[in-house]
Amino acid sequence: MSPPPTASALREQQAYVAAQAADARVNVELDTGDMTLNIGPQHPATHGTLRIACQLDGEQVISAEPLMGYMHRGYEKLCEVRTYPQCTTLINRIDWLGSFANEVPFILAAEQLMGVEAPPRAQWIRTILFELSRIANVSLFLGDMGVQVGALTPVFFAFRDRERVLNQIEEVTGGRFHPNFDRIGGLKDDIPRGWIAETHAVMAKMRGFCDEMEDLLMGNEIFQTRCRSVGVIPGDVALSYGLSGANLRASGVDWDLRRDANPGLAWDQVDWRVWTHPDGDSFARYWVRLQETREATKIVDQLLDGIPSGPIMAKVPRIIKVPAGEAYVSTENPLGEMGYYVVSKGGLGPFRVKIRTPSFSNISVVPWVMRGTYVPDIITILGSLYFILGDIDR
Amino acid sequence: MALVDKVKLPKPLSWLLNFGRARSLWVYQWGLACCAIEMGAAFGSPRYDVMRLGVIPFPASPRQADLVVISGTVTDKMAPVIRRLYEQMPEPKYVISMGSCANCGGPYWDSYSVTKGVDQVIPVDVYVPGCPPRPEALLEGIVLLQERIQREDMQERWRGEPIVVPTSAASSTRVPAAPGASGTAPTSAPATGTASAVPAGSAQA
Ligand code: SF4
Repeated sequence: MSPPPTASALREQQAYVAAQAADARVNVELDTGDMTLNIGPQHPATHGTLRIACQLDGEQVISAEPLMGYMHRGYEKLCEVRTYPQCTTLINRIDWLGSFANEVPFILAAEQLMGVEAPPRAQWIRTILFELSRIANVSLFLGDMGVQVGALTPVFFAFRDRERVLNQIEEVTGGRFHPNFDRIGGLKDDIPRGWIAETHAVMAKMRGFCDEMEDLLMGNEIFQTRCRSVGVIPGDVALSYGLSGANLRASGVDWDLRRDANPGLAWDQVDWRVWTHPDGDSFARYWVRLQETREATKIVDQLLDGIPSGPIMAKVPRIIKVPAGEAYVSTENPLGEMGYYVVSKGGLGPFRVKIRTPSFSNISVVPWVMRGTYVPDIITILGSLYFILGDIDR
Repeated sequence: MALVDKVKLPKPLSWLLNFGRARSLWVYQWGLACCAIEMGAAFGSPRYDVMRLGVIPFPASPRQADLVVISGTVTDKMAPVIRRLYEQMPEPKYVISMGSCANCGGPYWDSYSVTKGVDQVIPVDVYVPGCPPRPEALLEGIVLLQERIQREDMQERWRGEPIVVPTSAASSTRVPAAPGASGTAPTSAPATGTASAVPAGSAQA
């Protein structure tokens, strides 16, 4: 499917701006005063405990300020008092929907410091699990976005089909999420027998799920009216706010770390493409994520067919000591660029870990994008930006 | 509830009232962190389907709720908010603490910003151990709570010792816990002195 024509979107956008200007005139005449609307910290649309303080003028948002810290768990400080293998236990839980994907950049940074490289088989299985967690993560968004516009059915489909992917992850790692499966120098275990055929079947089911979402939501007129030309983020603004992941690609910027800066996983071995959308509105963000989920199922299918044989673990000492040095590795996680800056002084644990999480930057655009929108659009814009609280507050 | 407090109800009547209360729990979902996703799976997914137990997961406000599931990490910044929303719930109210974090701090036991257990803020009836507990474990916790409500003497204050879900439930396989299968669970003898349940065999940690 090709991106929808932008001319109509442009027209809609102009009509939207004109309507806002007309409203502004009415507001001046009636002289509606400011009102503060507090959303959160516990609100179904904030996916957790984000709080947003909005200044309203009538139905229009004058300013919106995200207030964070309700889920701050102190990862960076805790990592300083853990050993390297213990760190992954914590790091799993930052972006709790795509947990295996969280471990990978940290492990890669530690491997880079130690000068070990995982054997090819481990790297392929890592990439497969990475993409599986992407599917498990984003499929929930695909259903949840329906709830934000008042459609309850898609989220049940999402929960149903997500279970299949979780089953596959569980069969390999033993955990539905929070697998804690990645090790410095490889993986904990090999994949079980019969897993490859099962995963092929699940991937076919997930493609069906994507088609279903396309039928249910994207063709729906209400969904289009609520999402088209709402919350438009132009490409240059997105770049200047440090957006990453699908939010950036939905603004027309062709940027994907999996392709541009492959840190040693198997993405360059398979045939896939990066999807972008020129509009930058809520609909574009949904559309890009849907295409990416489809693309991820294709990546997994191709990787499954070509897993090389060989060992699953490189030779690493039993007690892991990382030599002094610094490393920064970032990967394209389900939500965007996630990076770990690891400073080691040669001890059993890191001296300092700085975690760059995608949602923190993605949410920083909220004051910009919310200005001038209407109250019901707050929810759809927040939903389409797709953040996870643990990822914001760390 | 005033009449129930003063007058000793005849047994069939109190049994009937308890039966009704136990099978129509309106639960306010307090999703805080990772456990919220497993709670969402237990409540929203057709595979686990909590409504067959008579639990209705849709109140939009704590003022309509009988039960609150605190699932996830409670931080010091969040704790006053939890207290406040708990106080807005009408009596009789019940609390399920889901996950190691809400039970005792979990993996963040030495963090500077995490409250080590939600029971420091509000009284807890059922602890569900695990990090995260499987959806079946949460269902087991709900079944235990229902048994407890069924046995309650309505005249007394019902806040006794909290229930601890046995860890065998937390690590059960993919078969959803059938409502009748928990008859063997050790509920009749509330463990004394175990106010804060330490998740001995966390399901996935
Ligand atoms: S108990 Fe584990 S899964 Fe649950 S909120 Fe805490 S860290 Fe997350």
